[in-house]
Amino acid sequence: MKIKICGVRGSLTTTDPATVLYGGNTSCIGVWENGWQLVLDGGSGIQKLKLDEKLAAKRIDILLTHLHLDHIQGLGFFKPLFDPEMEVHIWGPVSSSESLHARLRRYLSPPLFPVHIRDLPCQLELHEIEKSSFDIGPFSIMSDYVIHPGPTVGYRLSCNKGVVCYIPDHEPALGERGIINDSKWISGFDLAKGADLLIHDSQYTAKEYQLKKGWGHSSIDDAGFFASIADVKHVLYSHHDPYRTDKQVDEMFAEFTGRTEYPFKQEMAKEGMEIEL
Amino acid sequence: MAAYEIEIILNRQLADCLSIPVFITDTVGNLIFYNEPAEEILGKRFEETGEMPVEQWSTEFKPVDEYGVVLPPAELPLVKTLTNSKAYHKSFWIESLKGDNQQISVTSYPIIGRTGKMIGAVAIFWKLTDE
Ligand SMILES: [Zn+2]
Ligand SMILES: [Zn+2]
Repeated sequence: MKIKICGVRGSLTTTDPATVLYGGNTSCIGVWENGWQLVLDGGSGIQKLKLDEKLAAKRIDILLTHLHLDHIQGLGFFKPLFDPEMEVHIWGPVSSSESLHARLRRYLSPPLFPVHIRDLPCQLELHEIEKSSFDIGPFSIMSDYVIHPGPTVGYRLSCNKGVVCYIPDHEPALGERGIINDSKWISGFDLAKGADLLIHDSQYTAKEYQLKKGWGHSSIDDAGFFASIADVKHVLYSHHDPYRTDKQVDEMFAEFTGRTEYPFKQEMAKEGMEIEL
Repeated sequence: MAAYEIEIILNRQLADCLSIPVFITDTVGNLIFYNEPAEEILGKRFEETGEMPVEQWSTEFKPVDEYGVVLPPAELPLVKTLTNSKAYHKSFWIESLKGDNQQISVTSYPIIGRTGKMIGAVAIFWKLTDE
């Protein structure tokens, strides 16, 4: 299974030269296995994603964690949507009020976007998910709601090469006492448990988080603690704050790893990174 | 065991910062969390007991009406919520740990997530008489 990190910036794209090392594109990950290609979130990083020419079928699946703009803003520019021969499946969390189609239509329609979702030339199929299990080609996928404003899921992708967990927007510490040290009481735990790779929200430093409780994101401390309880093997801290420069990302990571000791491999997620499981 | 749904987790996190007693149960009434103010009513600490099966914790209470007649479970708000997936409210008396009767009011509501499925229930106890 090949994983390519195409966008790691949280909330807002950045173009500041001081952010080019980690990258300014918002959330998007490509995953390939045995001729099948998945896209995790449709942030602006989707423009970096090339379609595999050796796809087993003319099909691509886009798994959306939620519909905040930083996770869908690249969708309208994703070429397979404009290819009539392409089967495009979009998976996203169910909401108690509107259908996934209706919510996506708010963005994929004028005045926000010139093309109506109904006029997209591809063969589009939408799938509403919740706490769900489903298969796509060689992937067994589990989704579940996680704590973040609005309907938001995280994903666990398994194939015979390993397990990847993707929870880019997540506030498991929401509450007076932070993360409850009992796996049954931790949002997202079942998704991450024992994963070979966890890509997780770490938008804030521990100090910043004190002022951003309820905003839907994690401090790097909470992300590390979550990873340790879930016993993962490798963590990519992602969803970098748009105002954080590359130098500050490095400093944040050095400060964090300097005072913590975790047994797993950990890195700050960087645009362009490729990982093979 | 699998983790609880986030609606349950968030209810616990909320209960954790309230000064009113809150009980959280699963769909069959097993007590999966009670906060510190509720510990006073149960005379037990969550840290020590952990979760409690419905048979165990329901016998800790002796709910009675104004004449001291024991109320059947089917008349208790939480039991009704678990049966009908609706919110209920009722005032009654319970025997306190000191042995005297205390008037309380209970509000119970079902936890129904985005999918429309009931995944648990919450009971909030309001004290009506001073100890
Ligand atoms: Zn985001
Ligand atoms: Zn978000």
